[in-house]
Amino acid sequence: MKLRKNLFMLPYLFWLLLFVILPLILIVVQSLIGTDGQLTLANFVSFFTSGTYLSMTVNSFIYALIVTVITLVISYPVAYILTKLKHSQFFLLLIILPTWINVLLKAYAFIGLFSQSGWINQFLGIFGIGPTQLLFTDFAFIFVASYIEIPFMILPIFNSLKTINGEYIHAANDLGATRFQTFTKVIWPLSLDGVKSGIQSIFIPTLSLFMITRLIGGNRVITLGTAIEQHFLTTMNWGMGSTIGVILMIIMIASMKLTNGSK
Amino acid sequence: MKKKSKFELIYLTLVMIVLYFPIFYLIYFSFSSGDSMSYFESFTFDHYQALLNDPRLIRIVLDTILLALLASLFATMIGTLGALYIHQVKKKSVRNSLLSLNNILLVSPDVIIGASFLILFTFAGFSLGFYSVLLSHIAFCVPIVVLMILPKLKEINPTLIDAAYDLGASKYKVLSAIILPLITPGILSGFFMALTYSLDDFAVTFFLTGQGFTTLSVEIFSRARRGISLEINALSTLMFLFSLLLVIGYYFLSRYNQNRKINNQKKKVTK
Amino acid sequence: MKKLALLSGVILFFCLLLGLGSSALNETPKESGKVLNLYNWGDYIDPSLISEFESETGYHVVYETFDSNESMYTKLKQGSNHYDLTIPSDYMVEKMKNDGLVQPIDKSKLNFLNEMDSSIMGLSYDSQNNYSIPYFYGTLGIVYNDQYVDGAKLQSFTDLWRVDYRHSMMLVDSARDVIGLSLISDGHSLNTTDNSLLKQAKEKLDKLAPNVKAIVADEMKMYMIQNEAAIGVTWSGEAAEMLKNNEHLHYVIPKEGSNLWVDNFVIPKSAQHSDAAYAFMNFMMRPENAAKNSVYLGYSTPNVLAKQELEKTQDPVLAFYPTADQMKHLEVFEDLGQDAVQTYNDLFLEFKMYRN
Repeated sequence: MKLRKNLFMLPYLFWLLLFVILPLILIVVQSLIGTDGQLTLANFVSFFTSGTYLSMTVNSFIYALIVTVITLVISYPVAYILTKLKHSQFFLLLIILPTWINVLLKAYAFIGLFSQSGWINQFLGIFGIGPTQLLFTDFAFIFVASYIEIPFMILPIFNSLKTINGEYIHAANDLGATRFQTFTKVIWPLSLDGVKSGIQSIFIPTLSLFMITRLIGGNRVITLGTAIEQHFLTTMNWGMGSTIGVILMIIMIASMKLTNGSK
Repeated sequence: MKKKSKFELIYLTLVMIVLYFPIFYLIYFSFSSGDSMSYFESFTFDHYQALLNDPRLIRIVLDTILLALLASLFATMIGTLGALYIHQVKKKSVRNSLLSLNNILLVSPDVIIGASFLILFTFAGFSLGFYSVLLSHIAFCVPIVVLMILPKLKEINPTLIDAAYDLGASKYKVLSAIILPLITPGILSGFFMALTYSLDDFAVTFFLTGQGFTTLSVEIFSRARRGISLEINALSTLMFLFSLLLVIGYYFLSRYNQNRKINNQKKKVTK
Repeated sequence: MKKLALLSGVILFFCLLLGLGSSALNETPKESGKVLNLYNWGDYIDPSLISEFESETGYHVVYETFDSNESMYTKLKQGSNHYDLTIPSDYMVEKMKNDGLVQPIDKSKLNFLNEMDSSIMGLSYDSQNNYSIPYFYGTLGIVYNDQYVDGAKLQSFTDLWRVDYRHSMMLVDSARDVIGLSLISDGHSLNTTDNSLLKQAKEKLDKLAPNVKAIVADEMKMYMIQNEAAIGVTWSGEAAEMLKNNEHLHYVIPKEGSNLWVDNFVIPKSAQHSDAAYAFMNFMMRPENAAKNSVYLGYSTPNVLAKQELEKTQDPVLAFYPTADQMKHLEVFEDLGQDAVQTYNDLFLEFKMYRN
């Protein structure tokens, strides 16, 4: 019986070994190889001694933080309202649907919307506000990045809100809790798991966005992902690219520990 | 539950409008006779005509959907087994480290996943093409499936399962008659998320595709050199309408099922 | 359980249909050897020439694209593919040659070599053209919009630093080109590897930062056509495409000199149909075809007879051909080796992150 149970789990363990642990080891090894092919810590040394990389890391952290907060603030109410709708699954699908359109295409649509002669500037023109520079600004980058991430935040929050037993809320109401109290004492704590996994699935990917930084940010916003992409695809310095990747993984594990540990 | 207020509906509508605005922008320009998305010239179906006369592009679309469906199907299978496995691990520390490992691919930058898989496939002497892309898509879709199913497993009341065993049900029976039906919503949303990830992916495919195989996002990327042609807009419009139809079909199906359930209950009551 | 199994069955059946549909649309003949696997830049050939080639010779062209020299190199280096012909730039030819990824070219099979422009042949990256034959060449230059900028005041890279161009220009997202323009403006070589000179060039670039609106790639065409920026630093063929779509735009090859780049035909080691590759080169470099291709793309053809043909009809594409005098000031990139490339990229990254 015991053996059969384990056989059942084999495909997953096999996947874990082959596509998670092995690539992880390969990346770590790659990060320890210098340009001359020798084992060295040089990549890490140059990362931590270079002002460029450090300030870029800090910068992309700030951007990722802003994007995560904005996404959360917008998504939570959406998820909450969705749970109250009759055909909530259907509306959830409607939220996910836009993600099936290619990101690059949506970025091009945003370029059309934000450009000097684009719709938004034409709209502003009605109120006598002259064409303003929207593209290549922090605003544009944060807007588009949040736009892309919102569905991925709504989904986990919705799932956790959906599982909250309606009785709890009734009970709280019966006990005379105000709407605000019901929210802070009952709903929010119970949906925290969803919020956490939402943050986890947005924060790190935002740190590593790359196409958007060039198309919408005009390379005025540089993230860790842009640097990794440069090293793998342009410089072909896979060692340094892997090093930044390893550092990103460490940040990720730390942030996961942090969000899980606060339980 | 509480009543929904007007304010809430307005907010939801507003978010929906923002989410769909760029897509409607793309659709709008698919009917423009110009060749870029800056000025709408005059109304035309030319781009749709061009699309129908482009067998290469149609083939890429079919390949992309085929890849996404296969990858999500296999990822859902592996992910379901994985969620069951993680759920039954009793030791908290083992469980947490399993979860962390599971999540690594989910939060790693695509470029890193692509590059590390490229090293892996090169190392293993696996040739690049459809199968390497398929394997990698299965690989990065598994974790999201696991994450979608685990909460549903947590919801299951353990006394239910104990009761089943007490009544002499076999392990297989418990799984197929009790656990699987209860986690089906999780499995389905896992499948849809996997589909989303696979259709959306550019970077991993970019690294792992070889001679003779490409997906829509990679094709769009290489066409972008000249500014994306409106033929791609036409294509996106068709794909969007198709998925919208699927979603609406799902809506009516679920409404039908719900009505039937309610009717059945009514019948029972009247009996 | 049953429901899930049924659902999986339906999906698999659907996959089968998709697979059948896809293979029905596959045009590649499976058995015959009359195939040319061409690995080229996206949109870097007049498509009508491919169909002409196919109907004339009976070869079937399988056209696949890459977006940068580096991604093409990565794919070829990885192996497990068999491209018959690909088109790297100058410095990449040198790198591929050194890494043994290309095979020598049998010049006796080419019938157009005596028609080639001698100033484009025998350049430093492949001094005997044993491995590479030029396909197109071009320059790096400045595009400006005469609605916002007085062209007489913008004739050199140095002029880019003028204070009245604040927040009005776009640069190409390419480390060597951007650092290169700073080096040129100070009279240094594009192939400088001296660290202190490079640092100096980067510091000079930081002073350019207030003028720079964005650092972009292929999107620049679209932006310049839509009047999003007044000035753009870009390659000649890209500029040709912009000028075609916006009459206010003009192209300048800077006074102090610039980069001359050459994209070349090379035959990868793993090629399986080299006969097709030679037939294709002969076809593409035939004067009338080379001229047609040049008009379509806006880049300059190294075939002298083709150029003469363009001169006969006074084709506007000639505006993008550097004059003999300008040629003297142009410099070709060399492969600088991993360390120097690293320095260039780090400095460029620093420049991109520089904010004021």
